[in-house]
Amino acid sequence: MIGLSADALDVASLERVVKTDAHGAVVTFLGTTRATSPGDPRPVEALEYEAYETMALAEMTAIAREADERFGPLGIAIVHRTGRVALGEPSVAVVVAAPHRGAAFDACRYAIDALKSRVPVWKREVYRDGDAAWIANTAP
Amino acid sequence: MRVRVLAFARLRELLGFGARDLDLAEGETLDGLWSRLAGEADGLGGLRASTRFARNGALANGATALRDGDEVALLPPVGGG
Repeated sequence: MIGLSADALDVASLERVVKTDAHGAVVTFLGTTRATSPGDPRPVEALEYEAYETMALAEMTAIAREADERFGPLGIAIVHRTGRVALGEPSVAVVVAAPHRGAAFDACRYAIDALKSRVPVWKREVYRDGDAAWIANTAP
Repeated sequence: MRVRVLAFARLRELLGFGARDLDLAEGETLDGLWSRLAGEADGLGGLRASTRFARNGALANGATALRDGDEVALLPPVGGG
């Protein structure tokens, strides 16, 4: 399952969707909103995500396919939030089910790294003092 | 010819639009489109090196010639995750 969601992520439901009786391992990565940004002391109140939705969904689909080709067979879900995400909530979930844990860990790591480097989604940090800034990802 | 230009995040804020239809000369390139927009929006010029272009949903370089009906997206450095 690949998606963008304006609502809170239902991680348990994603785990149910990807897992079958063929899978002995499920690895879930959640990216969550931090209270501060590295090198910036200002307290963060929330994050706001914006996506180029058609291209983001196409890239996420391509990443899932690549992960399956490299590490599969897998069950995989990649879902990213859009809009305002409160502190501590997940902004992205990558859930990978595989027959064994090695492939599940490797595929999950591959997918989140690829997502952060190339999926057209943007993050705006909103600080408690009312200021805000767009934050780009750095190389992993 | 007419193309649809999409701008995101900081580029959307600087340009003052998220989507806009523009009439361009036949054969105009992505670089040419960028130059025109940079002439209209303060602060855009210095962002060329960090901006990527997509044409109809696929990354494209600045020399790419546009065609009538294209959808062009101006993509700042991504921040998902």
